[in-house]
Amino acid sequence: MRLHGLKLGAAMAGALMVGAGAAFANEPSPMAIGPQPAASKAAEQVTFFHDYVMVIITLITIFVTILLGIVVVKYNAKANPTPAKFSHNTMIEVIWTIAPVLILFAIAILSFPLLFTQDVEPTREKLESGEYAELTADDWITIKTYGRQWYWSYFIDKENADGEVETVEFDARMIPDADIPSVPGARRNLSTDYALVIPQGKYIRLNLAASDVIHAWAMPAFRLKTDAVPGRLNQLWFKAEKLGVYYGQCSELCGRDHSFMPIEMRIVPQDQYDRWLELAANDIDEAQAYIDEVAPRPVSPVQVASAQ
Amino acid sequence: MTTEPTIKREAVADHHDGSHNDHPSVWNPMRWLNSTNHKDIGLMYLFFAMFAGIIGFGLSGMIRMELMEPGVQYFDGSSWWGDQHNFNVVTTMHGLTMIFFMVMPALIGGFGNYFVPIMIGAPDMAMPRMNNISFWLMPFSFALALISMFVPGVSEASKGFGGGWVLYPPLSTSGHPGSSMDLLILSLHIAGISSILGAVNFIVTILNMRAPGMTIHKMPLFAWALLITAFLLVLALPVLAAALTMLLTDRNFGSQFFDPAGGGDPIMFQHLFWFFGHPEVYIMILPGFGIISHIISTFSKKPVFGYLAMAYAMAAIGFIGFIVWAHHMYTVGMGVELKAYFVAATMVIAVPTGVKIFSWIATMWGGSIEFKVPMLWAIGFVFLFTVGGVTGVMLANAGVDHMLHDTYYVVAHFHYVLSLGAVFTLFAGWYYWFEKMFGFKYNAPLAGLHFWLMFIGTNMIFFPQHFLGLNGMPRRYVDYPDAFAFWNKISTFGYFVTMVAMIVFFVGLILSMIARKKGQANPWGEYATTLEWTLSSPPPFHQFNELPVVKKTDHH
Repeated sequence: MRLHGLKLGAAMAGALMVGAGAAFANEPSPMAIGPQPAASKAAEQVTFFHDYVMVIITLITIFVTILLGIVVVKYNAKANPTPAKFSHNTMIEVIWTIAPVLILFAIAILSFPLLFTQDVEPTREKLESGEYAELTADDWITIKTYGRQWYWSYFIDKENADGEVETVEFDARMIPDADIPSVPGARRNLSTDYALVIPQGKYIRLNLAASDVIHAWAMPAFRLKTDAVPGRLNQLWFKAEKLGVYYGQCSELCGRDHSFMPIEMRIVPQDQYDRWLELAANDIDEAQAYIDEVAPRPVSPVQVASAQ
Repeated sequence: MTTEPTIKREAVADHHDGSHNDHPSVWNPMRWLNSTNHKDIGLMYLFFAMFAGIIGFGLSGMIRMELMEPGVQYFDGSSWWGDQHNFNVVTTMHGLTMIFFMVMPALIGGFGNYFVPIMIGAPDMAMPRMNNISFWLMPFSFALALISMFVPGVSEASKGFGGGWVLYPPLSTSGHPGSSMDLLILSLHIAGISSILGAVNFIVTILNMRAPGMTIHKMPLFAWALLITAFLLVLALPVLAAALTMLLTDRNFGSQFFDPAGGGDPIMFQHLFWFFGHPEVYIMILPGFGIISHIISTFSKKPVFGYLAMAYAMAAIGFIGFIVWAHHMYTVGMGVELKAYFVAATMVIAVPTGVKIFSWIATMWGGSIEFKVPMLWAIGFVFLFTVGGVTGVMLANAGVDHMLHDTYYVVAHFHYVLSLGAVFTLFAGWYYWFEKMFGFKYNAPLAGLHFWLMFIGTNMIFFPQHFLGLNGMPRRYVDYPDAFAFWNKISTFGYFVTMVAMIVFFVGLILSMIARKKGQANPWGEYATTLEWTLSSPPPFHQFNELPVVKKTDHH
């Protein structure tokens, strides 16, 4: 029975992936040794920068290891019974002071632009034609979230037919381990009862605060992490580019169930988002059922492995 | 570091025989309780650190056992392990124990007390009675910390403080209303007083009691390291004390320093904490830098390469260490320009650190290296500290730190520089000075085995944690998504290997105590040039009744 469900899930996931590209792996993967696949252009920049620095630091480590290897082989007591007497060499000392400075410059030259890209909200967007388009207020959605012991509360503004703004509000809690088998595609410690739903193509401004202790809203596929602090309104931005289900976890120690307040985010087409928001204004369960139907969680690679 | 004294070695060794009458037997507790002797106090610090180390290591074992498999196996509220809250208590206490009660007492209180006076040719520390209170505060501080695990924390039922060693409010104020956190505050206050008193003692001793002719630029690098460490302690710990006091009054007397409801700011605590906390990591590693320099020079049979650059690189690291603290706080919502400053400042530390790494290699270069056990630890340290250092360069960049902050990548990074860095220097120093301190030889085969097992084990624990962090596993998690299972299991296997290494360490220690192979005054040969090797092993109870004189022609 369960296997059947999984197969169905896989088929649905496959169907989804046709439209969504790699909507599959925006989550931790078994035995992975690197970052999760990047979910946005900004995230790709982080991956690129990480890889760039990784090459540099690997070369440095190899260089030091080779030097140590030479020392061990060439200058051991057997190979070199009479030790040299030198203890100074100004030239080499200048070199090994200057060279690291140059390497750090090479890192900094990419590091600062990356930091400003991440932290400063963009005002324009580069189109495929190479031209720039100014972003307007319509391109942005502001969502507010509160970290609480131990769940996330989301607040989304929605304009109703009369042009009045009402706030759609819901709490997202982790699906307990016992319920995982009965929820299609649910990931242990990652899936929540209600997902945060985001429309594709929009820029998201997430305002964060907390009502009890400090939490941190993290979304590894987007390389995002910002603390939710009581008495302070923090902010992060990202662009919802690829359809799919994304997972994050609370990343600031917040007490007993710190490990159990994950974040599940689904990026869906605008029309589905509109429908979801419409439903969520009245009944979040109905909205979740709708989103589970149109944009289900892909089957988890771990579950595939355990089902086989 | 040739501080060749003009007095003859034999003459000093003679002191030993005549000195037995002026100090009580080792079995007399008053000798230890009332001790004003820097060597006795140093040994007490070392054994205190060993005791705390066993507890800290046991706590990390509880963490690794829990994380071996996905799901909550041990901290599920069904046994003496307690529930998830107790997991947080265990991680918190592991951190605090290892930092405040293991590494600091061992490197500063232990080796610092024992060897700094000898190395600078002084009879004792400048303020021996203050030295006594510095040590005897520590057991009480540690006792308070341990008791805090068993008194109400979050509630009557949830015992202990589970807010991490960083003690961030509001989790440490409104989040833990029980008396557990108050005990911890008092514990850290006392540990802080102890460290400040010790640091004052070191500064006064090193600045005023160097032997005639030993200018500051002829002083051994270990004494340099302790001098700089002492300055860091004196400047950093009062800031921690202030932050702790504010926590205490927030909790008990209605102040609202860190409570936004009263105009306070939880982030302010983080600034104060890390203004202490970042220098603290250099406090833990600088004494080790000094030890490694001596060991590498001794066993390469060469003077330290670039002595002055080595000394001033430590001073530079100490200074820069005070202006980089907010790189621990990239995700709190700082302004982007402020982050940019901290990125730049943090990366600068790589320069003096690089100078040290390359100078150590240059010291070995052209040498005639003997791979005695202390040298194994020293070479292992240089390699592992490089690995830990370069991931620090990665983390310094706020752009990528947003992804890695509070993940296992950070855990891997700081364990590479501390548990594979500082702790390796600690064992290096232990084996280097073992014969000097105890008067008998360590068990060389088991000491070598200890090194290799520990090298393999600790790498196995912490290297996979880079992968976990990159893939997104947050730290301080009692349970994790199933995808993280594989590397967590490898990591726990590494812990088992390390546990065998620790057993080998203690078996080796006990065997060497049984064998009692008589030690020499200087087992390492003519390139062990610091003054402790001119004394008998163990040194006389009071050394340098006549001060050694360092000749002008001697260079450091």
